[in-house]
Amino acid sequence: MQELVTRAKELLADGTVARVLGWKCGDMAYNPEPAFFETAEELEGFVYDGFCGANLSKYMIEAGKQEGKTLVFLKPCDTYSFNQLLKEHRVDREKAYIIGVGCRGKLDIEKIKKMGIKGITDIRGAEADGSDTLSITTLYGDKTCAYSDAMLERCHVCKGKEHKVYDEVIGESADTKDAERFAEVEKIEAMSPEEKFAFFQKELSKCIRCNACRNVCPACSCRKCVFDSTKFDSAQKANVDSFEEKMFHIIRAFHVAGRCTDCGECSRVCPQGIPLHLFNRKFIKDIDELYGAFQAGEDAETKGPLTDFTFDDAEPSIVAERG
Amino acid sequence: MQRLGVFVCHCGSNIAATVDVKKVVEMALKEPGVVHAEDYPYMCSEAGQALIAEAICEKKLTGIVVCSCSPRMHEATFRKAAERAGINPYMVEIANIREHCSWIHKDIEVATEKAIILARAAIAKVNLNTPLKPGESLVTKRALVIGGGIAGIQTALDIAEAGYKVDIVEKTPSIGGRMSQLDKTFPTLDCSACILTPKMVEAAAHENITIYTYSEVEKVSGFVGDFTVDIRKKARYVDMEKCTGCGLCQEKCPSKKALSEFNRGLSTRSAIYTPFAQAIPNVPVIDAESCTKLKTGKCGLCEKICQAGAIDYTQKDEIISQKYGAIVVATGFDTIKLDRYDEFAYSQSKDVITSLELERIMNAAGPTKGHLERLSDGKHPKHIVFVQCVGSRCSDDRGKSYCSKICCMYTAKHAMLIRDKYPDVDVTVFYIDVRTPGKNFDEFYRRAVEEYGVNYIKGQVGKVAPQPDGQLLVQAVDMLDNRQIQVEADMVVLATAIEPDPSVRKIATMLTASIDTNNFLTEGHAKLRPVESPTAGIFLSGVCQGPKDIPETVAQAGAAAVKAIGLLAKDKLMTNPCTAKADELLCNGCSTCANVCPYGAITYEDKEINDHGVRETRRIAVVNSALCQGCGACTVTCPSGAMDLQGFSNRQIIAEVDAICR
Amino acid sequence: MSIDTSFKPKIVAFCCNWCSYAGADLAGSSRLAYPADVKIIRVPCSCRVNPMFILRAFEKGADGVIICGCHPGDCHYSTGNYYARRRMTLLFSMLDYIGVENGRTRVEWVSAAEGVKFSTTMNEFVEKIHSLGRNVRLGDLRCKN
Repeated sequence: MQELVTRAKELLADGTVARVLGWKCGDMAYNPEPAFFETAEELEGFVYDGFCGANLSKYMIEAGKQEGKTLVFLKPCDTYSFNQLLKEHRVDREKAYIIGVGCRGKLDIEKIKKMGIKGITDIRGAEADGSDTLSITTLYGDKTCAYSDAMLERCHVCKGKEHKVYDEVIGESADTKDAERFAEVEKIEAMSPEEKFAFFQKELSKCIRCNACRNVCPACSCRKCVFDSTKFDSAQKANVDSFEEKMFHIIRAFHVAGRCTDCGECSRVCPQGIPLHLFNRKFIKDIDELYGAFQAGEDAETKGPLTDFTFDDAEPSIVAERG
Repeated sequence: MQRLGVFVCHCGSNIAATVDVKKVVEMALKEPGVVHAEDYPYMCSEAGQALIAEAICEKKLTGIVVCSCSPRMHEATFRKAAERAGINPYMVEIANIREHCSWIHKDIEVATEKAIILARAAIAKVNLNTPLKPGESLVTKRALVIGGGIAGIQTALDIAEAGYKVDIVEKTPSIGGRMSQLDKTFPTLDCSACILTPKMVEAAAHENITIYTYSEVEKVSGFVGDFTVDIRKKARYVDMEKCTGCGLCQEKCPSKKALSEFNRGLSTRSAIYTPFAQAIPNVPVIDAESCTKLKTGKCGLCEKICQAGAIDYTQKDEIISQKYGAIVVATGFDTIKLDRYDEFAYSQSKDVITSLELERIMNAAGPTKGHLERLSDGKHPKHIVFVQCVGSRCSDDRGKSYCSKICCMYTAKHAMLIRDKYPDVDVTVFYIDVRTPGKNFDEFYRRAVEEYGVNYIKGQVGKVAPQPDGQLLVQAVDMLDNRQIQVEADMVVLATAIEPDPSVRKIATMLTASIDTNNFLTEGHAKLRPVESPTAGIFLSGVCQGPKDIPETVAQAGAAAVKAIGLLAKDKLMTNPCTAKADELLCNGCSTCANVCPYGAITYEDKEINDHGVRETRRIAVVNSALCQGCGACTVTCPSGAMDLQGFSNRQIIAEVDAICR
Repeated sequence: MSIDTSFKPKIVAFCCNWCSYAGADLAGSSRLAYPADVKIIRVPCSCRVNPMFILRAFEKGADGVIICGCHPGDCHYSTGNYYARRRMTLLFSMLDYIGVENGRTRVEWVSAAEGVKFSTTMNEFVEKIHSLGRNVRLGDLRCKN
């Protein structure tokens, strides 16, 4: 981490960048948050550890409007999002100085809590070059857990340790993939329609429409969301049991289909713990199967699957046919 | 708030017999915005339109809904009526309560309820309509005719005579088309070449006509009045300016094994060739696949003997880009492949031929110099069997469901000509029905039967079995006697179904002209716009639109020409105002919409935007309304809903959905 | 399960102006009947059909939604139905995934000449919706227990 701070200070000092976009300490050891730093002093509050799951690429939309370049730290998976934003002209490559940071998987505090570890006051071992075991201080005594057991779901299906776009790379990354990306989706696909419906009804009923998923999603970068505009008569705040309420997640997933890099931020930030990535990943799975493997953000040029076609694409009836 | 009028048409009894129009009026009055509603027997009539105009003026209506026939029928009529009465023509919506309601439902209650809902949806939509203003675009005063057969030639001549420039693009080395392959024509039996070649010469000599033979349409962009077309002139390897058409090269060419396309593969031709003697232009082409020089670098004989120095082995394909105001498709037809009709032994016996092959055999310039003989052994046939409807009127997917229309008549012609020239030859025709609607057609057929003794048997041929001695055993059903019969024949002639030339698919796609499941181009309206494509500026001439004989083709060619002339005579056109438009405040500038636009109508501009006090420069999508044709692909791909389609906006369609599901 | 004879399904059909709407007109002028439950909305092209429209229809109580367009290759705008085909395939798959019966949505390519196909398609589709019964799932997707 010190290396990142040192390099950031250098780049600020020599005028290469006007500001730094990274993470700063939160009120707890496990909740650092995205932050802009404009001076060496401010950088003293910089942090980079296992809890820095937040994908900073979306912040570059606003950062790009400022004078001068912004130094941004991107983990390998974040670079996919940045590429996708580049493709959509939402960020300016010229105004970004990208340092690819090493990543050995990011942590999910909810998972630790689910292990029965409550009253956490401190966590050690989460550093970028830390150990395989987390040492956790709680109000009820010291606990430990394996780093990999506390990883975010998305890290178990890691897209790889390569950065797709960067100016320089600092730190080592590990490919933490140890699960099948589509296993969860397949499990749902195998259910009966009644079971599927019960599953999603239960999950979606938890939604409080806080918009955290939308706000964090790098693909949901619209200046104004359709759900907030009058264009579709879809914003109906007065009526809770309305179109917006019911269809929000399906439409959101459709709007990002072919553009979603599967960064998993939606599920990470959902305060209700709804596995929102299951929508996006279903689209990704279908796209891969029907139109050939496609990874959004792999580069900044390839046409997205929904803005492309072949003459012999599958007919929509395939949905019924494959059962 | 809109002030809407609803006008319910009885369409005589077409609507009123199954829809309670009074009830529709009554229910319409309860809908939001509706201040006036009435019914009338014929809303499209002069009096009906006057009624609408009167209501618009008196009740100060801002928009109207007409519950009547399909908008494809009278939307334009009612828009004009509304405009005359002083409101914007795009403040009109049609509820289709005839084609989509009264004509398909018998129960009055059911049909009335549906008509009310359809009216409700149209009212909900028009409540959100906004006045739209068409733009203007200039008309390029030049027409393109694709295909140089009799249809294309006639269309080009008529357009040229009206004083407009017209280009013919023909993919083969000569104009003339199928008609040039025919021997005689029914029902007058005049020689096909004798009536066609003067037209070919006239076209070639016309100052307003430019002919591009051995050329194909490569790319089409633009829209009605202003198409840009790339034409690929394939390498001819012969300089058209220098060639005198002496024909020596064809005579001396040592490579003579290529099959003659003109003779349907029944004879061979040289590698350097003109398809037929009267070809226009009379300039040969070198078939690169057969030419020894082009394949191996050796030979070069034609170059040596050409006194005009016209041979040029280095010639390359050339692309010509030209602007046109109107395009006429005249791509014609071919006969279907018979590989799915093994029972007729076409591939097994040389003596089973198609009717078009018989035309060549009967022709003095054909492979047998006009002598009727068997292709297997050159013997004079004694008995010829004609099989009708091979691949036509077919109920399975081997052939075509439609009637090819010309076969009954040309078979009567063939039978008659054979009996006339060779009275010793017996002719039997197996048919399903003999169809002879046309001037002097039935008389012609009856002459074949009564005067020439052609033996017509109603029944279908099940199998043609070649015998070891070369004879053909024809097994058939005599439907009138209800018995199986077998006849021996020396030759069997198959009246093979015709289908649109295979090239038409690609051309239709380039033109965005719609095509039906049989690859025939679709008319703007089956009855009322039979020579126009639904795509503005595209006209249909000849068999590309549907099976037809020569006089019908010529008549349609003239009609297509008139439509094209009508367009070229205008200096300016009104453009469709139902185009896409981006909301600058919502646009992300993400380029996704441009990716799906088939017309390249969307570009991006860095624009100074004032978003509720926030001033910044943003990348914004801009739609060129002259290029946009209003498909709406962009609107769905736009995640923020910034891109919307005027006349079919998101809110309008959602209002219709809500009204229907209410 | 007893068959609900009083069930009158609400069915929305989006038809492209150039092929399918004309095909529906032809069905009409040929007097080829199909149930009055089907109400047609005219759109310029199948690619104009936003998934939002379909979900909106279901949310407002539609029991089935069918989208008709020109046959692939014959689109009046040359490419519109190809985009529609991908969009609808993915949307239908998603609806299936969340447990909405996949028979409630359908895409059919109907040319201007296919009045018969239009009518038979609508008859089949209405029959299918009858067998599925009322659509409750999309209306109820997010009911708070």
